[in-house]
Amino acid sequence: MLFDKLKEIIMDQLEVEEDEINMDSSFQDDLDADSLDVVELIMAIEDEFDIEIPDEDAEKISTVKDAIDYIEKNQ
Amino acid sequence: MILNNKGIGILGTGKYVPEKVLTNHDLEKMVDTNDEWIRTRTGISERRILEDDKATSFMATEAARKAIEDSGLSPEDIDLIIVSTVTPDMAFPSTACLVQDNLGCTNAAAFDLEAACSGFLYGLSMAYGQIFAGLVKNVLLIGAEALTRITDWTDRNTCVLFGDGAGAAVLGEVPEGKGILALNLGADGRGGKYLTQPAGGSLMPATKESVENRMHYIRMEGNEVFKFAVRTMADASMNVLEKANMEISDVDFLVPHQANIRIINSSRKKLKLPKDKVVVNLNKYGNMSSASIPVALDEAVKEGRIDNNDNVILVGFGGGLTWGSCLLKWHK
Repeated sequence: MLFDKLKEIIMDQLEVEEDEINMDSSFQDDLDADSLDVVELIMAIEDEFDIEIPDEDAEKISTVKDAIDYIEKNQ
Repeated sequence: MILNNKGIGILGTGKYVPEKVLTNHDLEKMVDTNDEWIRTRTGISERRILEDDKATSFMATEAARKAIEDSGLSPEDIDLIIVSTVTPDMAFPSTACLVQDNLGCTNAAAFDLEAACSGFLYGLSMAYGQIFAGLVKNVLLIGAEALTRITDWTDRNTCVLFGDGAGAAVLGEVPEGKGILALNLGADGRGGKYLTQPAGGSLMPATKESVENRMHYIRMEGNEVFKFAVRTMADASMNVLEKANMEISDVDFLVPHQANIRIINSSRKKLKLPKDKVVVNLNKYGNMSSASIPVALDEAVKEGRIDNNDNVILVGFGGGLTWGSCLLKWHK
């Protein structure tokens, strides 16, 4: 469920297709995001899951799995 | 505050930007960067650089001269001069006093205010209050910045962002229901650390060490400022609309602070505003701090984009952290 929700956000923010996204996708290496795209993605995650992700934590989130682990731990 | 029982608005605008252009290609020769990277991350193609022998007051004076002329008033009609700047000519006298002398505004009081990139919005609010209270009739408000004087040309993350320039507006009485309809200012000092010029004040006066350690330049934590900016631009814009009982669909033009095209686009999407309603000129000038909004406004008006009775939102954010917004029914 979390993965599906996150996929929606990623598709919207990074303008990629659903089948391009899997657990191991790296935002910058696989999904063609630049550093500001990732900041916007983090913001969208913060809004959607009502959490605050400090910059030092955000820097460690580089793949879909990183994001899911973080949300699960902090929600 | 919601303001509608007295018409106070902008009577004239003016701008000045230095002639010298520094392009992204020029920057490629100075730091490890490239044109494509700068354009996609910031939207900036070139910026203006003030001549070595001139200072902020020169640009402020030139912009103000045009604004006074545009307003149809004469320098003696100005009662108050406010200059917003983070790069005054010197600690004191204020840049506003230097401008007063240059223009011959002999009847005007004069002071500087500092609210970083939000300075023009803070100034609009101060000017509004002074006129509303009947303390003064006409206010000359100037945002003027020589940011490239405090730019670290060895820091490739920040040196691509900034430029020099000045924008001015004369404020005074307009017909009831026109001009400034709502204002919003805010600050969050907790975020002050994200955008600083550490040395040169009373905490860290200039020393050999402060210069060697490059402490007299702008330092910025880009990601934190980015997040703050996107959220603030949307919230502050909605704030003034709500105060005036208007909807986003009533907005004819948004004139945002010109820091980064990605911030502008992201907040534009948040607000669900079409692209052609947003005034953008940062490709030509980069971020000119408190000069950005008045320069963009002046250009949009002089190009005939903004017309009488258009609903215009000016919105800015910056160091402090600070933010401000203003809803205007344009009338000139």
